Amino acid sequence: MTTVVEVPTTPAGVEAEVLRLRAEVRDFLREEQAAGRFTPRCDAWLAGWDESFSRRLAARGWLGMTLPAEYGGHGRSTLERYAVTEELLASGAPVAAHWFADRQIGPSLLRYGTEAQRRRYLPAIVRGECFFGIGMSEPDSGSDLASVRTRGTRTEGGWLVDGTKVWTSGAHHAHAFFVLARTAPLEEGGSRHAGLSQFVVPLDSPGVTIRPIELLTGEHHFNEVVLEGVFVPDDMVLGEIGDGWHQVTSELAFERSGPERFLSTYPLLAALVGALAERTDSDGQRDLGALLARLWTLRQRSLRIAASLAGGVAQEVPAALVKDLGTRFEVEVVEAARLLLDVEPDPGSATTLSRLLAEAVLHAPGFTIRGGTSEILRGLVARGVGVR
Amino acid sequence: MTESTQEELAALTAAARDLLEDHCTPERLAASEGRTDLALWALLAEAGFTHVGIAEDAGGSGGGIVEAAALLGVAGEHAAPVPLAESTLLAGWLLALAGLPQPDGLATTGEGEVSARPVDGGYRLQGTVRRVPAARDAELVVVLARVDGDGAARLVVAAVPVAGTSLVEGHNVAGEQRDDVLLDLVVPDVVEVRAGTADELRLRGALSRSVLIAGALDRVLRLTVRYAGERRQFGRPLSAFQAVQQQVALLAAEAAAAHAAADGAVEQCARDGFATPASAFAVAAAKVRTAQAASTAAAIAHQVHGALGMTREHSLRFSTTRLWAWRSEWGSEAQWSQQLGRTAVAAGADGVWPLLVGA
Repeated sequence: MTTVVEVPTTPAGVEAEVLRLRAEVRDFLREEQAAGRFTPRCDAWLAGWDESFSRRLAARGWLGMTLPAEYGGHGRSTLERYAVTEELLASGAPVAAHWFADRQIGPSLLRYGTEAQRRRYLPAIVRGECFFGIGMSEPDSGSDLASVRTRGTRTEGGWLVDGTKVWTSGAHHAHAFFVLARTAPLEEGGSRHAGLSQFVVPLDSPGVTIRPIELLTGEHHFNEVVLEGVFVPDDMVLGEIGDGWHQVTSELAFERSGPERFLSTYPLLAALVGALAERTDSDGQRDLGALLARLWTLRQRSLRIAASLAGGVAQEVPAALVKDLGTRFEVEVVEAARLLLDVEPDPGSATTLSRLLAEAVLHAPGFTIRGGTSEILRGLVARGVGVR
Repeated sequence: MTESTQEELAALTAAARDLLEDHCTPERLAASEGRTDLALWALLAEAGFTHVGIAEDAGGSGGGIVEAAALLGVAGEHAAPVPLAESTLLAGWLLALAGLPQPDGLATTGEGEVSARPVDGGYRLQGTVRRVPAARDAELVVVLARVDGDGAARLVVAAVPVAGTSLVEGHNVAGEQRDDVLLDLVVPDVVEVRAGTADELRLRGALSRSVLIAGALDRVLRLTVRYAGERRQFGRPLSAFQAVQQQVALLAAEAAAAHAAADGAVEQCARDGFATPASAFAVAAAKVRTAQAASTAAAIAHQVHGALGMTREHSLRFSTTRLWAWRSEWGSEAQWSQQLGRTAVAAGADGVWPLLVGA
């Protein structure tokens, strides 16, 4: 954390390619919007499920960008994927359908999956034809992930999985999800992190029941997924039995450090800039500048972590820092917009600013909870610097 | 200007750290309060640190702003009572830009309003350079002056012996010398420099303070972690209290953010120079973000240190008072925030994103 200057790791040529790619993505997004194929919204990586949009991205080669060609991927650099992702987020495009598959399932399968698992899923993820969910949290296991009670019991040729997962985004549309389960009992005095494993479970498996968990707005993005005696054959175990904690933790670094942890309210911020531009006075510019300084800095930090993750360097604490600061920033945008503008939030408003503000106000409390609460993240950071 | 490898940079900062650790002890910092530590300066000069970032053929030690910033970060971390930012990134740079030699003694500079008028025997300089670090100990104050003529104003650099000026002595809240230098004298020669030099000096000044702040936050974090582990209340160390842990985590987050901001701006300016809109945006963002971090982090550090941290005896103050000083130097947080906001508003709703990503 205290390194003074990190020399940029951008290989020659990548920078020009990133510029070209950005221009291409911006053109595409302009066309899509002009054709009325999407309306920018806040928190679109949770709320914007649009499978045809995902497939149009896939057709451009913008899903599974970093996956190797032998699995249908595009063999692009992390920085190129980062550029595409942040352009999509900043425009408020509907990226929810492919989000988890593209962000963490693909890289995890590549890292821990068997050859057969990779062949089964990666090409379909890249084509925008296979969407994934995450099965980590449970009714009694939110922040305390190691306390999961979903159980995998050994049976002939595989495992029987029983338990309940909650907050699985998009399970009602997705094809499969990763399930974190306990496959060996907690031992007295042993590590709570031992005995956990991950399974790949198709969501149409016998014994799987999906029920909506509506958000306070009535929106249905999250689900409860109940597993009752779901048979998972040995070839659908992800990685090693007993290695689930380690695998999940490395997934979390991807989950916590990306641009979606500070861009969920970017469409509102852009609209705020537009509204301030129409004013004849300079009121609000100073507050706007303070926000932009935070955003610019978050992006610097997040980009560096992305580069380190690509190099295989563990980034648990830095990722936690980005998520804590980033999600706080997302909420600060809402407060700034509310304090600087004379706008009433209305989710059904035809006025963009009013609608974006409503979306942001209603989703904001979730930002600092999902993917690890701020308090848990600070606990991780505290341990990282040695006060815990 | 050659680019250092990561290893060379690490070697540079390690060497500087060795030297400063020995000479920036709390006792020594207390003894040099309100003054420049000239003995330390001599050691730094001997080791070649005082002119890092200035090309060797211009009388410097080589390296660019990445190297100079790496060194400044270490100086900030140790609260070194020497005007290293001035000798490297600011006054030293101005002299090199003008093709003037680096002096044996200290060269310093600051922001100011100075005019240069051709007269018999040279140029008459009139005006004030404000809040100049260590002016009373310096050999030269390097002045950027405007020559008003028939056409557009021209900018010139003059190396002015401090002996020929009058000083109004002052200090920042850390007790570092910040003197106003009043000029009304004739110098034999000035050197014309490019029109953007005043803007670049201001950006360099802001960048230097951002880098110093990021360095100082490392020490503030370290002291706070140590104190929370040592100080016991209710039979437990402070670090056993979750409320304290959460506060220290917030402090660590601010330190990390300050580094990300300062490093990002240094990299951007090293790559593209200071004259691009992306560099101006990066420096402004870094100055605002490091100032925010300075405020939040210093408040948490003092809160965790309790009443002891507020005493003159405690060494926390060497860093926190500097954070309070540096966050306001070379443009306040308000000024730079306003500039960022104005730039964004001028770019409009669709133009602000390209500004943020620099493309």
